[in-house]
Amino acid sequence: MSVLLSFENVSKSFGALRVTDDLSFEVRKGEALGVLGPNGAGKTTVFNLITGGLAPDGGRIRFAGQDIARLTPHKRCRAGIGRSYQVALPFEGMTVFENLLVGAMFGAQNRTAKEADGRCVELLERTGLLDKANRLAGSLTLLDRKRLELARALATDPQLLLLDEIAGGLTEQEAHALIELVNDIRARGVTIVWIEHVVHALLAVASRLLVINFGAKLAEGDPRAVMASADVKRVYMGIEV
Amino acid sequence: MTGVAFKVSRNTRLSVAAVWGGVAAALVLVSVPLWGSPALMRWAVEVMCYLVLAQMWNLMAGYGGLMSVGLQAFVGVGAYSIFVFAQHMGMHPFLAIPLGGVMAAIAAIATAPLVFRMRGGYFAIGTWVLAEVFRIIFSNISLLGGGSGQSLTVMARIDRSTREIGVYLIAAGILIAASLAINLMLRSRFGLGLTAIRDSEDAAESQGVDVKALKLQVYTLASFGAGLVGAVYFTSILRISPNAAFDANWVVASVFIVVIGGIGTLEGPILGTAIFFALRWLLADYGAWYWLVMGAVAVAVVVFAPAGIWGYVRARWDLQLLPLQRRLILSGRGPQRRETGLEFTGDAEAGRM
Repeated sequence: MSVLLSFENVSKSFGALRVTDDLSFEVRKGEALGVLGPNGAGKTTVFNLITGGLAPDGGRIRFAGQDIARLTPHKRCRAGIGRSYQVALPFEGMTVFENLLVGAMFGAQNRTAKEADGRCVELLERTGLLDKANRLAGSLTLLDRKRLELARALATDPQLLLLDEIAGGLTEQEAHALIELVNDIRARGVTIVWIEHVVHALLAVASRLLVINFGAKLAEGDPRAVMASADVKRVYMGIEV
Repeated sequence: MTGVAFKVSRNTRLSVAAVWGGVAAALVLVSVPLWGSPALMRWAVEVMCYLVLAQMWNLMAGYGGLMSVGLQAFVGVGAYSIFVFAQHMGMHPFLAIPLGGVMAAIAAIATAPLVFRMRGGYFAIGTWVLAEVFRIIFSNISLLGGGSGQSLTVMARIDRSTREIGVYLIAAGILIAASLAINLMLRSRFGLGLTAIRDSEDAAESQGVDVKALKLQVYTLASFGAGLVGAVYFTSILRISPNAAFDANWVVASVFIVVIGGIGTLEGPILGTAIFFALRWLLADYGAWYWLVMGAVAVAVVVFAPAGIWGYVRARWDLQLLPLQRRLILSGRGPQRRETGLEFTGDAEAGRM
């Protein structure tokens, strides 16, 4: 499998705090990489470095063979990097349908309005939001906001989809349906990187795990082997797995 | 591909009625010279100038998130353009009015690299400083009368009724064109991106919207509109001075109108302008009370209806007069869809919990 995204010795500090410490890893095309780590380990920072919200202090970030360090966030989206936020950021004054239209028209595919309409209806159906298409996004419940977050990220037609703690706060059934959806997205050829504290949800999707602690790589590899390693057990000690 | 049949519509029965209402209002506006007195036309020019300026500020601040308090910089540039082109270069004043907008847009683009370095409150103060700098520069151009300004004496060559009707119709034309243009723009791809920026800049950027470019475009457009307003207003009152042209009250009135009416809505500036002029008319004889009541109204609206009066109405009754929203209308859906679609509310199995 070819490499879609790579971090080469990437570092980022906020003042004296090193949030990303000489981090290197690769994401291969078509895989689902799960990212684990204690709170404050620097997981979301990694996403911000990938999407362009933050610029690295050192190291190289490549996407599809291209060094993307100088690209602005909207160009990275158009290059094929989609993202859902940990705290959902819907366009509150727009309807659910219109929320998806933005990505469908400005994202990687640059569709016309007519093409975008069809694409959005398809995504609404897949994510179970069709009945709420005309509701203002600001009036949605937490669960629907999470669905919208996911649908909106898909609307940009990403090659790489970054999911930031989308399973948090869901019931078992809700999480199960979400896992099905993420697996379905992956089956359609989208590469996935998923940060998640709900470990069983992550293990149901991830083909590989990356564990980060204090901004550095603690472990990487086959999910079962990683979860069994002594280092990971120590970092996660006290947290039920 | 989806098997769901659908169509997308922006029109509701209410919005169709509102569009016809708008057409009727435009016809009434254009007919005023046939039946209105010169005093009414002069007053109407002022109202229309304030309304267009408020629409521009709303477009820039309400949609583009650019909280400028320096829009008067471009009112002034547009106004002085009339004096340069008509008074000193011999152009017909009516033809010089569009050039006021163009000069304001050029001034906006030329100074944008300075003010766009700043964000939020710093941007607001930066635009204000820019307007002050413009005022001082124009105060020192002796050709334009320096600090005391000058009169638009070339207008004396046009006879009185042509002058009054001409200025009135140009102002009405600017209002109608601005309303139409803003409507069409917000319905386009550009408008979709701008509305996304209004709701969340970060999310818009991560959805592929070039936030920086759209902001610069909307800033330039608003400045163009402000330039037109300055040009037509000072052609109407026939006299200019740097203090009047670059008066901060231009933007203060716009902010008041938009905040009271409903920021980030198309209906807001119209409602706000009506309230602004109604208050001014009611309180004209009460001196300082005028300012106290205006302030009290602003505070009351911000406290009780932070989205403005129209924002409150819209949220309370889900109303939208002007047809911007794209509504998805589904047809031919059977009840079996629930099983095929991926639902994860789990409400069908809620009893198991």
